[in-house]
Amino acid sequence: MKSNMADMVFEGLLRIADDNLILGHRTSEWCGHAPTLEEDLALPNIALDLIGHAQTLYCLACEINSRYKNEDQLAFLRLEHEYKNLLLVEQENGDFGNTVLRLFYFSTFMKYFWEKVKIECCYTKLKEFSEKAFLETSYHSKYASQWVVTLGDGTDESNLKMSNAIANLEPFLGELFNNDDFTEMCSQNDFLPEPTSIFDSWKNEVKGILQKGNLNFPDIILKKRGGRKGEHSEAFGYLLSDLQYMQRAYPNSSW
Amino acid sequence: MEKGTEKAWDVLKDLTDPELPFLTLDDLGVIREIKRNDKNHVVTIAPTYIGCPAISVIEEKIASELKKIGISAIIEKSFSPPWSSDWISENGRKKMEKFGISPPHPRKADTVGEPLLKDVKCPQCTSYRTEKVSEFGSTACKSLYRCLDCKEPFDHFKCV
Repeated sequence: MKSNMADMVFEGLLRIADDNLILGHRTSEWCGHAPTLEEDLALPNIALDLIGHAQTLYCLACEINSRYKNEDQLAFLRLEHEYKNLLLVEQENGDFGNTVLRLFYFSTFMKYFWEKVKIECCYTKLKEFSEKAFLETSYHSKYASQWVVTLGDGTDESNLKMSNAIANLEPFLGELFNNDDFTEMCSQNDFLPEPTSIFDSWKNEVKGILQKGNLNFPDIILKKRGGRKGEHSEAFGYLLSDLQYMQRAYPNSSW
Repeated sequence: MEKGTEKAWDVLKDLTDPELPFLTLDDLGVIREIKRNDKNHVVTIAPTYIGCPAISVIEEKIASELKKIGISAIIEKSFSPPWSSDWISENGRKKMEKFGISPPHPRKADTVGEPLLKDVKCPQCTSYRTEKVSEFGSTACKSLYRCLDCKEPFDHFKCV
């Protein structure tokens, strides 16, 4: 791979891997705290899937950039500004409704993202990975959509909590669909799809599910951004101190 | 299977899955290919789930069992084609049911893990009056059901 291509692939892999790692970490915080035993099994299982996706992508990134010797170094030993995840995934979990709504937004986005990678991507290893990732994110999207409908179409209180969750997450949705110079370069090189190219499919599906739950589809305009440049919100520092604790306290520890 | 890999296959065909120890990796369809190059055997495995925590155990097990018979092995993961529950052998399905896990239905063609049949049979009392309790069970590959006749909860292997 030529060096400018390698830089592009590395950065692209990092963005997706960081989204998955950070949402995986957030989701894992529910372990032992979910409202029922079934959800206490479901959420950590999903967290495991997300972290598994991140791990595989970090491994691919390490093959490309020899500065990083393994996936743990990328996951645990970078500084805050070196993480390129969306602000959406680093926000605190909030209540269960907020958690499943964010999971629904993100996994539905990723489902269509992987579907496009599967068809368009010229980087074979990622294209192969996308086949499996598509199946798993579809399952997450389905799981989360069922809760969005159940809670939205539940009691007055659960509907109110879901409406609050929609308002709470709204400022972060613009970044999910924000094209920048980098995403344009990725798309021109048949590496990754432009985020805007996923918007219509995503909107149709999300709108349908929200309607079933008597909920209003939010306005999606670019309000908060910065994650892709490594500029994070306050919540991220606290998250990293948890996530990195073991590797910082016991460097190079392994299972 | 490639010529000259029979010895390796003899050892690997009996290896069991760490999470479902009554099933062999062969029953699950996880071992896809054994090849030889100059120095090594290359064993290709298809993980049931990308983040399956059993994968590293499986990799170590394969390498150490082959090492015992003097074969050095490289383990490679393959996601394409993605592992499918349709690859579980008939024998594997029978064993699953015997151990209280309801086996997956065949997958409807061209769907995202949609089963051909909706009815899930209770592995305890064989009743079809069952309901899904949760999309996720004790491991990523199973969902949780309960039987409306014998009232027992049970795991159903997901159709993927």
